[in-house]
Amino acid sequence: MATVANKNAAGQDSQQGFVYLPLIAGWLVPGAGHFLLRKWGRGALLSASILGMFVVGIAMQGKLYAGAHDILDLLGLAGDLGNGLLYVVSRAAGWGADQVTVTTADYGTRFIVVAGLLNVIAAVDAHNLRTGRKT
Amino acid sequence: MFLPSHFAAVVLFALFASVVFGITQRETPRRMIHYGIYCFVLFVGSAIVLSWLMFLIAR
Repeated sequence: MATVANKNAAGQDSQQGFVYLPLIAGWLVPGAGHFLLRKWGRGALLSASILGMFVVGIAMQGKLYAGAHDILDLLGLAGDLGNGLLYVVSRAAGWGADQVTVTTADYGTRFIVVAGLLNVIAAVDAHNLRTGRKT
Repeated sequence: MFLPSHFAAVVLFALFASVVFGITQRETPRRMIHYGIYCFVLFVGSAIVLSWLMFLIAR
């Protein structure tokens, strides 16, 4: 009974405030959603992994999708946008290749897209922690 | 410019993805570590198996 009461209390606590803040912060900056919830270890590992994958992708001369000319470009753009501010900063700084010319650049493009998708997963995980769906 | 070998690229991809999968898909630290290692082995193992299959088919 005490456990159920504690869970109910925790559930009520977790509903206070803006519940989407960790989701949005986690999307904009990798790991920030977990940092907001004081999950320092998880946040640091997620941040290092997502940033690492993105940086390796850029270093491999991966392409940043700028527009959607066909359905595959649209999917690539959606993946890239998952990186949040990383994508905006990289576009502004002119990082990444305009065209894929070597094999590793093709891998780099996938690394950047997957980093964005992993960032979305991490942001949703932060939201689940915030709402009490996950502990 | 960073030009890793194909295998190094696979290992890097598997490492980063496995860490995120482990943390987000399991609840306790122990289960996170186990699931992360499981995903890493599956990523790298399946790449090696498929590579050998393609090599044998191409011969």
